[in-house]
Amino acid sequence: MSALLKVNDLTAHYGDFQALFGVDLALEQGETLAIIGANGAGKTTLMRAITGIARVTAGTVTLNGARIDPLSAPEILRAGIAMVPEGRKLFPSLSVEENLMIGAHARKGSGYWNMERVCKLFPVLAARRHQPSTSLSGGQQQMVSIGRALMSNPSVLLCDELSLGLAPVVIREIYAAFPTIRESGTSIVLVEQDIGQALKVADTVHCMMEGRMTLSGRPAELSREAIHDAYFGITQS
Amino acid sequence: MIWLDTLIQGLLLGGLYALFAAGLSLVFGIMRLVNLAHGDLIVLGAYLILGIGTALGLNPFVAALIALPLMFLLGWLLQTVLLNRVLGDDILPPLLVTFGLSVVIQNALLEQFTADSRRLPVGPIEAKSLTFGSVSVGVMPLITFASAILVILCLNWIFYRTAIGRAFRATSDDSVTAQLMGIRPRRVFALATGIALVVATIAALYLGARANFDPSIGPARLLYAFEAVIIGGLGSLWGTLIGGLIIGVAQAFGAALKLEWQILAGHVAFVLILLVRPRGLFPRAHD
Repeated sequence: MSALLKVNDLTAHYGDFQALFGVDLALEQGETLAIIGANGAGKTTLMRAITGIARVTAGTVTLNGARIDPLSAPEILRAGIAMVPEGRKLFPSLSVEENLMIGAHARKGSGYWNMERVCKLFPVLAARRHQPSTSLSGGQQQMVSIGRALMSNPSVLLCDELSLGLAPVVIREIYAAFPTIRESGTSIVLVEQDIGQALKVADTVHCMMEGRMTLSGRPAELSREAIHDAYFGITQS
Repeated sequence: MIWLDTLIQGLLLGGLYALFAAGLSLVFGIMRLVNLAHGDLIVLGAYLILGIGTALGLNPFVAALIALPLMFLLGWLLQTVLLNRVLGDDILPPLLVTFGLSVVIQNALLEQFTADSRRLPVGPIEAKSLTFGSVSVGVMPLITFASAILVILCLNWIFYRTAIGRAFRATSDDSVTAQLMGIRPRRVFALATGIALVVATIAALYLGARANFDPSIGPARLLYAFEAVIIGGLGSLWGTLIGGLIIGVAQAFGAALKLEWQILAGHVAFVLILLVRPRGLFPRAHD
């Protein structure tokens, strides 16, 4: 079976700095995949390269067998890849509801996700629909950011550092929504520094270090030591 | 009573300045582009209305209806072919390009229409006025003022009530994240400049009906517009209207004191307001 999203020998730059060195990745239909790694490992650049924000200098990205790496970011969104960017990146001029609505800006036709279903997924947002997005707590803003990405009914949802800067209880609340998102048929790529969280929700885990994939496997198959080595790049004695 | 009359004339003049400024405000609010050719584009609009009116034997109001879509198209092309190429983190290239555009438009108009003063012949309505007690108000200035309010209302409606307005605001907030929503910033900018030139054409109609114009008067209109936008607070459309009214009223009172003080009084009001409120009267909260 060919993968839904396939990254092949990808090289990308962050400014003049080469951030990715021949990265491979394959996401199957319905799968939840986690990418872990320390700061500066290239995880965010990989997300930005897949979504067309960062320029790909070599290698290919395909979605359903069709190359998407030559496409622009708006075209990649239309092809079916939505991103929850690091730092949430809500639009401060827009209300909560408008932030969600703009997620559906490029949508043609109907799909599982709409305003009603997103508000059901995150009930706290329903009461705050008309508030300025800047008035929400960090966790609530993260919920809007996820909802906004879902509004385009993507086949692949990329989540960059969902748990960054959030309290553990809030992180659990956010991750509690993921089974529903999976059931809607969306395949998920999570970028996480929170290894525990990543191991809990993911079907497969990949570890990145210095712009390369250093480890891949199912959470149950990976030993603590192997993850530790792949994450920090030092062999435990 | 003379002061009441002066105030009303000033407010009505301010409506015209708000019309000059609205397009500038829209473009700046969305793409942080200061279009130094805005005044010249208004003058170009006036010549276009004059040309269409003369060629087809139409009243300027009817000719303007034909000019509006043409100017929208010009704005769209201008943004797509020229301005989108120079927009970026550096604000200098778009400033230089629009400055160059200003010179090009002035000289092209000079070449085509000579330096003679022209006027849009709107007909008998020009001399009509309404009398309220001791105050007499011209019908054309009243229509100009009403148009300014209507334009600001429409722009606000587009900005805050429509999908394209959401895309305008989102792109203005963060154009990279906007692309992740499937928004194409360059198209959004082209649409914004198209709308800005539609508003500029409405301004051109009233400019040409109110006073004489020639190819060289663009930069002075730009200056009034610029002052109105800054007094109002960058990015606020209602602020721009208030800014236009303040300059209009200041000029009217300046002229009432001494005719030579008209223009100066507008600039002085601008400086005074900036001294008190450096970010304008209604700055956007999150800039």
